[in-house]
Amino acid sequence: MSKEQELSTTPSTAQAAAPASDTRYVVPRVDVLEDESGITLLADLPGVPKESLELKVEGDTLLVEGVVATPMPQQLQSVYAEVRVPRYRRAFTLSRELDAGRIEANLKDGVLNLRIPKQEHARPRRIEVRAG
Amino acid sequence: MYESLFSFPSAFTGDFQRLRHELDDLFGAVGMSTGIRSVAPGSFPAINVGKLPQSMEIYAFAPGIDASSIEVTVDRGVLTLAGERAPALPASDAKVNVYSRERASGRFRRAISLPDDADPSKVQASYRDGVLHISVARRDAPVPTRIAIQ
Repeated sequence: MSKEQELSTTPSTAQAAAPASDTRYVVPRVDVLEDESGITLLADLPGVPKESLELKVEGDTLLVEGVVATPMPQQLQSVYAEVRVPRYRRAFTLSRELDAGRIEANLKDGVLNLRIPKQEHARPRRIEVRAG
Repeated sequence: MYESLFSFPSAFTGDFQRLRHELDDLFGAVGMSTGIRSVAPGSFPAINVGKLPQSMEIYAFAPGIDASSIEVTVDRGVLTLAGERAPALPASDAKVNVYSRERASGRFRRAISLPDDADPSKVQASYRDGVLHISVARRDAPVPTRIAIQ
């Protein structure tokens, strides 16, 4: 059965207030590093506070979603905008040796740091070779 | 899930992936008019500039930066923000495989020209959740003075 694990949820007011363009999103930049004990994933999510970050694991898919919640005054007139869509979304397929149940997540200054450890049985092991 | 089979970050397709990212960012906002100056969306940090009756508001999307090391200067009507982001990659002797290195690192510098009525002595900057917010107050419109003729 698929396993759903929500670390935090988007407030419902953000979805209700979004206009028809709420299905558009920006793919955030991500660094993925692997070492012996697991995978470290760093994602650039500027403007996303902890309350509007959504992390979900469904089966073998990891979904990262965040809504930019930088407070902007209502009558602000846009002069020049490079960031037009206030939503980030990216999904990853996790391989089987990763332990999705022990993911650690940390969001600081708009950088999401995910640590996905490997299953105990998948960590590199030296195999002793017996002579004779 | 990566959207296309060409998303594996090897040396061969690395440039294609970067181009695809930039095109995704640019064409992701289908239906909205693209400004004539927004042709390089891959530059770091991305900037949004807005106007209020009393001030100019600038939002720079720069996550993962030490706020005390950002330099914001105003000189002759040009606001410059400069800083540095340390790379996230560990030392080369560690046994680490790098599968994806999309986040920019190193020194950055962006310059924005302010309108004539911007007051450079009233600039406020704050950094929160990876967004640098700079507010430059605008001078009130000068009242025309009447000169008496003697």
